[in-house]
Order: sequence, then C-alpha cells, then structure tokens
Amino acid sequence: MEGITTNYNTKETLIRLFGENRPEELPAMARLREQAMEAFVQNGFPHTKLEKWRNTDLSRSLNHAFIFPLEPASDGTEPEDIFRCDVPGFNTHMVSLLNGRVIDQGNTLPQAAEGVIVCSMAEAFEKYKDLIERHYAKYAGFGDNAMIALNTAFARDGVFIFIPDNVEVSRIVQTVNLIHSTEPVFVQPRNLVIMGRNSSLRLVMCDDSVDNNVGFINSVSEFVLAENARLDHYKLQNKNDHSALINNSAFHLEAGANLSTSAISLNGGLIRNETRVLLNGRSSHADVLGAYLMDRHQHIDNQVFIDHAVSDCTSNELFKGILDDSASGVFNGHILVRKDAQRTNAYQNNKNILISDKAVIDTKPFLEIYADDVKCSHGATVGQLDAEAMFYLRSRGISASNARMLLMYAFVAEIVNRISIPELRERIDDLVKKRLRGELSVCDQCVLHCNSREQKIAFDIDMSKI
Amino acid sequence: MLSIKNLRASINGKEILRGINLEIRPGEVHAIMGPNGTGKSTLASVIAGRDIFEIEEGEIIFRGKNLLEMPVEDRASEGIFLSFQYPVEIPGVSITNFMRTAVNEQRKYHGLDPMPANEFLAKMEEKKRMLDIHAKLANRSVNEGFSGGEKKKNEIFQLAMLEPALAILDETDSGLDIDALKVVANGVNKLRRPDNAFLVITHYQRLLDYIVPDIVHVLFDGRIVRSGGKELAMELEEKGYEWIRAEA
Amino acid sequence: MENDPNNILDEVTSGEYKYGFYTDIEMETAPKGLSEDTIRFISAKKNEPEWLLEFRLNAYRKWLSMTEPTWAHLHHPPINYQDIIYYAAPKKKKELASLDEVDPELIETFNKLGISLEEQKRLSGVAVDAVIDSVSVKTTFSETLEKQGIIFCSFSEAVQKVPELVKQYLGTVVPSDDNYFAALNSAVFSDGSFCYIPKGVRCPIELSTYFRINAANTGQFERTLIIGDEGSYVSYMEGCTAPMRDENQLHAAIVEIIALKDAEVKYSTVQNWYPGNKKGEGGIYNFVTKRGICKGNNSKISWTQVETGSAITWKYPSVVLMGDNTVGEFYSVAVTNNYQQADTGTKMIHLGRNTKSTIISKGISAGQSNNSYRGLVKMTKRALNSRNFSQCDSLLLGDKCGAHTFPYIKTENQSSIVEHEATTSKISDDQLFYCNQRGISTESAIGLIVNGYAREVLKQLPMEFAVEAQKLLAISLEGSVG
Ligand SMILES: Nc1ncnc2c1ncn2[C@@H]1O[C@H](COP(=O)(O)OP(=O)(O)OP(=O)(O)O)[C@@H](O)[C@H]1O
Ligand SMILES: [Mg+2]
Repeated sequence: MEGITTNYNTKETLIRLFGENRPEELPAMARLREQAMEAFVQNGFPHTKLEKWRNTDLSRSLNHAFIFPLEPASDGTEPEDIFRCDVPGFNTHMVSLLNGRVIDQGNTLPQAAEGVIVCSMAEAFEKYKDLIERHYAKYAGFGDNAMIALNTAFARDGVFIFIPDNVEVSRIVQTVNLIHSTEPVFVQPRNLVIMGRNSSLRLVMCDDSVDNNVGFINSVSEFVLAENARLDHYKLQNKNDHSALINNSAFHLEAGANLSTSAISLNGGLIRNETRVLLNGRSSHADVLGAYLMDRHQHIDNQVFIDHAVSDCTSNELFKGILDDSASGVFNGHILVRKDAQRTNAYQNNKNILISDKAVIDTKPFLEIYADDVKCSHGATVGQLDAEAMFYLRSRGISASNARMLLMYAFVAEIVNRISIPELRERIDDLVKKRLRGELSVCDQCVLHCNSREQKIAFDIDMSKI
Repeated sequence: MLSIKNLRASINGKEILRGINLEIRPGEVHAIMGPNGTGKSTLASVIAGRDIFEIEEGEIIFRGKNLLEMPVEDRASEGIFLSFQYPVEIPGVSITNFMRTAVNEQRKYHGLDPMPANEFLAKMEEKKRMLDIHAKLANRSVNEGFSGGEKKKNEIFQLAMLEPALAILDETDSGLDIDALKVVANGVNKLRRPDNAFLVITHYQRLLDYIVPDIVHVLFDGRIVRSGGKELAMELEEKGYEWIRAEA
Repeated sequence: MENDPNNILDEVTSGEYKYGFYTDIEMETAPKGLSEDTIRFISAKKNEPEWLLEFRLNAYRKWLSMTEPTWAHLHHPPINYQDIIYYAAPKKKKELASLDEVDPELIETFNKLGISLEEQKRLSGVAVDAVIDSVSVKTTFSETLEKQGIIFCSFSEAVQKVPELVKQYLGTVVPSDDNYFAALNSAVFSDGSFCYIPKGVRCPIELSTYFRINAANTGQFERTLIIGDEGSYVSYMEGCTAPMRDENQLHAAIVEIIALKDAEVKYSTVQNWYPGNKKGEGGIYNFVTKRGICKGNNSKISWTQVETGSAITWKYPSVVLMGDNTVGEFYSVAVTNNYQQADTGTKMIHLGRNTKSTIISKGISAGQSNNSYRGLVKMTKRALNSRNFSQCDSLLLGDKCGAHTFPYIKTENQSSIVEHEATTSKISDDQLFYCNQRGISTESAIGLIVNGYAREVLKQLPMEFAVEAQKLLAISLEGSVG
C-alpha cells in the first residue's frame, strides 16, 4: 500500500539504515526486527486514507532531512547542562534520555536490593535476556501498526523497569525524554515495564523539547501488570511546535490489576497518543485519562482502545481538551467488550471546548459489544464555555477574561484533580494555569522542573457552584 | 392460607433465612419487625419467588399449593402481592398500560376474558380517589422520577387494583409523610376482608397504630425469635432490640 | 424451571414473519441481469423522456466504476448483480380509473397486509400509493389532494405529468454517484412515489406508500421524491413487506426530500421486509439511501424509522441543514433478531446558522444478531450557533448478539454545541421480577419493557403507524401478537 512520500526519501533511508546497522544480538531478536521491518516496508508511514489516520497527517512532520541516531551521543552533553531539578518536595528517581539514549547518571534506586531494576533497555537487552524474551514486543503488536513496526525494527534503548512480586516501589520513577540537536532528529525510544504480583509503581514520563529544533519521536512503551499489580502512570508532554511525538503505549493487565494512566498534553506541534489496554484477567480495572490544551497550529490526537477480554472488569475513560487558534484535535475511543466478558462496566467520555472558529475537533467514541450483561456508556460533547457560568462569574465582579480563564481552568481541573501524587498535581495545576494565560511555552527545562514557580493566583471560588 | 415450614434460604452461599416457620390465616394481619439486615426483605422476596435466592430446605404452602414450584407470575396470579421496599423504575411504560397488562394476564390465568376498557378505567379512577393519587401520576411511567413517597403510594395503588389474597408490605411506611401514611393505612384497612391477609414489614410502631396487627413477629438473624400480640411492637419501640439480641 | 430466562428468551425471540405469503399475479419481467439494454428496456417500458434515460445511463456508467462499500459492520456473501431481475410488473396494467379495476388478487394482497385500499379510502383519510415489486399499483385519494394542488402519485406518473418538477429536483439531494447503491438505483429504478406540496399548503391527510416485493429473484429499486414548497407541511409514511423466500433479495431504494423556506416534511417508515428465517437463510438485503435537504431558511425535516425487518439493513436517513434556523431530526428504533444485521444511523450536516438537530436512536438486539448505530454530526465553519443532541441507546436480549455504536463528530466552529450520549445494557432482572410479581409473564414483560424503552421514538409516529409499530416490535420479539 502506498504510504507517505517525502522530499527526503525517509522510508528509503530507513531501509538502507536498517541493512547497514545490524546490532549483534540473539537470532530471535534479529528475526523480530526483520519481521517488523517487513511490516513497515509493506505499509509505509501511515497516511490519511487509513481510517485511523484520517485526521492526523504526518506528511509535514516527516518532510525533513532527518538524522537517525542509533548509537549513543558522543558529544559529551550532560543532562545537567540542559536542565536542573529545582522543585522542592518532588523527589523522584530520575532517568534521563537524550535523543533516545539513556544517560547513565550513576544514581541507583534505594530498593535495588529488593530486586527492583530500573535501567536502560540497552543494558536489559544484555543482562536480562530471560525477561526480555518473555515480555519484549509481546504486548505492542505491530501487525496493524506501522509506527510500532518501525520502532521495533530500530529499537536500541529506552527505559527498562522490573518489579518483583510483592514489592511496592516507594520512590516515584521519572523519565525525562529530551531531544537536543541542531539537525532534525528522528528518535525511537522503547520502554518496557514489568510488574510482578501485588507490586506497585508510580511512573511519570516527561517528553520535552529543550530547543526549537525539529524532532520526531516515535516511542513505544509496553507495560505488563501481573495479578493485583498497581500502576499509576503519567505522561507529560510539552514539546515545541516543530516537533512530532507519536506515543504508543500498550498495557496488559492480569486479574485484579489496577491501572491509572493520564496523558497531559500542554504543547506540541503534533502529538498522537495511542493507548491500548488489554483487560486480560478478571476484576482488573483501568482508568485512562487525558487533558490537552492546544493552540496555534498544534495538533493533538488521542487514540484509546480498551479491550474487555474477560468478565468482571471495569474501565473508565475521560479526555478533556481546549483548542484555540487553528489547533486541531482528534479523539478516537474504542471499547470492545468480547463475548463472555459479562458484568463489564465501561465508561467513556470526551469533552471539548473550542475557543476559536478556526479550531477543529473530530471525536469518535466507539462501543463494540458482544456480551449482554454489561453496563457501558459513552458520551462526547463539543461546545463553548457555559454562557450562564460566565454570567454568574461576571455578576460577581470578575472580568470577562478572568472568568473565561477560570472556567477553562475548572474544565481541565476535573482531570488534574485526579492526579494522585500531590506534588505532581500541584505542579501540573500551576502549569495549566500558566498555559491558559499563554505564559507557558517551551522553557529550557522539563515541565516538572520549571524554575519560575507559579504564584498562587486568586482563583479561590468554589468550583462546584459553577 | 400461608404456611411456611422450616424455610432456609441463602445467597451466594451465605445463609440468610435459617429455618422460618410462619402460619397466616385468612383475615389476619401479621407484622414482622427486626434489625436491619436480618432477612425481612429476603423472606418477602422468597415468598414472591425471586430466583437469586437458593432455597436450601423447607416449604411454602399457599392455599394448598406449593409455591416453591411456581414461577413468579403464577404466584402473583394465585394472589401473592409484594409491595417492594425499593420499587424499580420502568421507563416509557405508563402505569395505566402496566396495570392493564397485569390485570388481564392475571385474569387470563384464571380463564377470564380481559377486563373491558371502561370497567378498567372506572376501577383505576376509584382506586386513585381512594388513595388520593394525582390523576396525572397514572399517565407517567412506572416509578420513573417518582419521589420516595410517590413510589410507595403507587405500590399500594397497584395492591388496590390487583386485590390479592395475601399482601406483603415491605417497609411501605418509610418515605411517606404523615398525611400520606394515614391515607395509605386507611386504604389498606378498606381493603381488609375476611378472606385476605396482610404481612406488614416495618421498623416503626407508628404504622401499626393505623394497621393494627393480630400477631407481631421479631425476625432476628434469619429466624423468628419471638411472636406476640400488638404489645410486642410497643415493647420493641421502647426497649430496642438489645434485649432480644441478649436472649438470642 | 419453567421460566428459565433462556427458554423464555428463545420463545420470545422466535416470532414468525406473518407477511411471508406470495401472491400469484401474472407478471411482466425484464430478463435477468444488468446492462445498458436492461436500462433502455425499463426506460422504454415507462415511456420516459430522453433526459431521464440519459440520467440512468450516466448513473450506470458511474456504477460500473464503483465498488461496494465495506466499512459497515455487516457481513454477507457477494451479491451477483447479474442474477437479479430489475423489472417486474403486474401484467395487463392499463390506466386504472378507479379501484374497481385493480386486479382482485392484488387487492387481496393488500388486504392481507392489513392495508385495505377500499377502507383506507373511505375511512381513515390516508392517501395510499402502493408499489408492488417495481410498479406503482394504485394511488388512492389523489383527486381530493389535487384540489389543493398537491401532487401525490407514482413516480412514473409524475415523469409524465410534471416532468419539469422531476427534472428540477431528481438527483439534487442524492447525486447519482453518491454511493454504490445509489448509483445502482439511479440506473434501474422502476417506480416509487412522488409528492409535491405547493406553497403554503398544509397537506390535510397523511400520505402513505406501501412497498411490496412479490416476484422471485427480483430486486426492488424504488425512488421517492418529496418536495415541500415554501411554507408547506406534509407527513409521509412508508411501509414495506416481502414474501418468505430462501434466497436473498436486493432492495436498494432512494428517498430524496427537499424542504424549501419554512416548509416541514415528516417522513415515517415502518420497515418490515422479510428478515430471513431463524437460521439466517433468506431475507432482504436492504441498502437504502435516504436524505433530505433543508434548503430554505426555517425549514424542518424529520425522519422516524422503526426497523424490524430485512436480513441486512444499511441505511442512514440524513439531513443537510443548509438554510439558517433549520431543524433536522432522526428518531429510530431498530430491532434485530436471529441472524439479522443492521448498520443504521444518520448524518446531520450543519451548514446554516442557528441550525438544530436531534438524534434519538434505540437499538434492540436479540438472538445472534448484530445491531450498529453509525452517525455523523458535522458542524461546518459557517454553521454558527448550531446545536446537536444525540442519544443512542442499545438494549441486549441474550448473550449471543452484538450492539455497537459508532458516532463521528466533527466541529469546526466555536459557537456550536454538540452533545452525544450513549448507553448499552440488558433488561434489568429487577424490572423483570417487578413485572412478574404483578402477574405479568416474562414474555409480556419483555414486550412491555421494550416498548417503553422505544417510546420516545414511537410517539413520533403518526397514530396509524404507532399502533402497527408497537405490534411489530412485539412480533419481532415475541411468539405471537401481543
Ligand atoms: N442480592 C443480594 N446479594 C447479597 N447479599 C444480599 C442480597 N440481598 C440481601 N442480601 C443480604 O442478606 C441479608 C438480609 O437482607 P434483607 O434485605 O433481607 O434485610 P432486611 O431485614 O430487609 O433489612 P432492612 O431492615 O435494612 O430492610 C443482608 O445481610 C443483606 O446484605
Ligand atoms: Mg428490607
């Protein structure tokens, strides 16, 4: 099938690169790469004739003379050179990636002694072959997804996390994915998180730009949660307008496992988050949340697929977004309740506010149901700020512009308030306010470590009254 | 009329009724009282035929027929009526339509022709008046958007329409205001006949001031631990259940 | 136990199709298969003007270059378009001056369908156009209507009587190459109904068309064109049935509605084509394109459909809200049972300012069937201050069926509001128990609850239809007429 063609023969370059750079590795791994490459070559980059890509056009983002770093950077850039950690109280175990490669900063996790592993994928490919063999590329299938195929063909590094049974990781793990390059760069990080029975983890993954250069990230993350594991997962995205970020996350949940994943998208030229959740064990539960605030010509696309494969599972999906200027948004939610997945409870909602006549939103909340004892509901709304609420606020003496901001803030707060890490919630709360006032753009720091801490603004109105 | 012997019932393996014995004769009013969660509603549901409960042992004979072998709707046609503690909403189905279906299906069970429309409507009117029910209520969907009290009144209205032999009232008094309580109680009293009987489940003496019971039972932990005259209800009102708990 | 829900569900969902008889009338048919010759044959039979033949041939040529759509949630063996008879008409059809001249067999057919032309004419004040196989048989009441300037006749008759009106509007709402089935219909349509309501006239009676496929191996391709001129009002009803046959029969119709300034057109359908037997054999493939355009300001188009028949339904009655302050409505109940498949919904395309659309869809699936709602709501840049509200619910009876919801929403301006809600659930055990406790059997209880569930839609139907629709819902799901 015909994919996207660019002025720079990106696809051909990738094919050549693939042939020239075969890492030394197990035959099984090499075979996997070949199959993946074959799948990519066959399908090419996804184009807008494909139903799932109808409203997201990669052609502009791909039309650059990319470099494809496959080996670690050798220019000696230290992550400290490009950002500092200065948020008090938010003490995380940080793993930094620069242009797709993990930078060893020599910090070890306190719970390493209990068998918890947090390291680079490159290291894991070498040291934990058993775990890799058992889990790697088992959850993010590439048969129907060219971007995952491409990533699988080229994956070199990313973050690897393993938590043994019954271990609760107390430290928040934070990954910071930085792109820093003077030339357009195309990177493909690959992450794998393996959680044992009854284990728990809080994981914050940040995607940031540190300059205004062109970057294309094609990232794939796989998460497997054994029985009763608990994962609290956040994606924070604050990228420059020239960047493209394709984020594929696949979650596999066994019985009783509990997932909460949130995608907070504050800036970005083009962002596409594809989230697949397989509820594979009884009584597992997934919360899939998202908030997006886009303006200028930014584009946000959230694709969520929740697969209720067995009975007694619950899922809860809520995405809220505000689009300004010529920004465009896409939401595509798909809940599949398979035959015999009885007593399923699934909820899905997408709410949007457009604040410009040039902004566009496409939303498709799908339900596909083959079991009868289910409670499923979905909703989608597109609208403007509530005129009555505006009037109410203004009648209390609040200026129109503040009232607008306040209502937008309240709209997004429904997602922000569900962040269960207090320091993170506060920080994102600040960032949202800044974002709404147009003050937040790409600072030279990770969103969590922005140096100008937000002053409390006088927004202390009881939101429930609005 | 109703004879329950050593009835044991459970749900999900948890035993709720642990050997109930109860005899109700025509013309009688029985009251059942007891702490929350002891199985009062369960007993009512089991008599009516709710199939989520597993019958472990015992029998329920109603006018010489074995109820346990009958489907729910046949029990209803035989004359069992349950006024639900929590009546369910049925959107889009008007009370009139609902009642006409019920009346006619019960008549069919007894080999009778459907009730002529004018006769049916006249009966509706009469019962609505008797229970002081708003004319508009009957055109609304069954229980949809009804207040707690309206739902209970609607239950008694259906009782009046169906004229059962045995009416089980599960906490019909809760949610009713003082005036409505009187109206409902008066309605029930008007419906009393020598050939029918009532089983009234309640937490409060107040209802029993209006619907005077012949026998009061105390249900505790799935068993009837004490039965007596209407004084027993007053004693409970005064002392609570502690002394029974101590005895049991 | 006797009232094991599974048994009862089986019973309730095993209702037989009661319109499955076949009438032995002498027919005149075109040879099987589709070619330019077939089209010329049809056109010649109908004594059509040159431009209409051109319209058909044009559509046919486009159709040849198109492919069957595959995006719907439907599965069926390939259709052999050369194995279909594209024209079948009751023989000895001359101009009929009165009902007395209609073939008695035919009258009998309609009596069996519960449409007594005689009675309709005398009592109900409903004007009926009956289309059997491909040809309009009789239009009652037209004289009464003519006095007010209303034209209600068969499509063929309209082509002869008011060719300029037909030419002006035909294909303006559904272009002949709109989709595969629309192109097919545009090439081979044989008859259908035509309706024109003049300026400022409120049509005093319900207009009604009955479609029936009778002959074997025949496709039915009727074409309906309704024009509501400025300030007019009409309520139009369509019903349909077919005999029981083992093979699948194709039905690919087009309905076009044009509402000019301040006009209101209400279109109600009870679709009851033969759905196939319990094993999924036979039944009508129903691929229909229905679309209306609110052309003038303040006009309104309202679709109400009760879909119980057909083996496969592919149908999206839509409204293009072109004028300012226009209103589009879609009310639908779709019941699928046994192996039926339905993929149905609507498109509301908002072009004008202050336009408003409402979508209420109630799907009911039983047996092994699949029932999908598919809809598009589009607010274009120009459609400032527009609103849509959609409510799409699905009810599942049994654990072997599927219920799916595929809404598409696209908004391109900030002042419009779109709200979509959907739920999927089964009949609650509590509701069933409550009904049982009042002495109502599970079978009746399901009928009662389903009718209650669909009430919001049923109450949109004209009286004559509402009763029939309620019965149909019961028949589709029960063993006998409720
Ligand atoms: N559907 C059910 N599933 C599980 N347990 C149930 C169910 N219904 C009742 N039970 C349990 O059975 C016990 C008896 O409940 P029941 O409703 O009969 O009490 P009750 O005496 O009517 O109480 P109340 O005075 O509060 O109405 C309780 O422990 C209750 O939790
Ligand atoms: Mg109770």
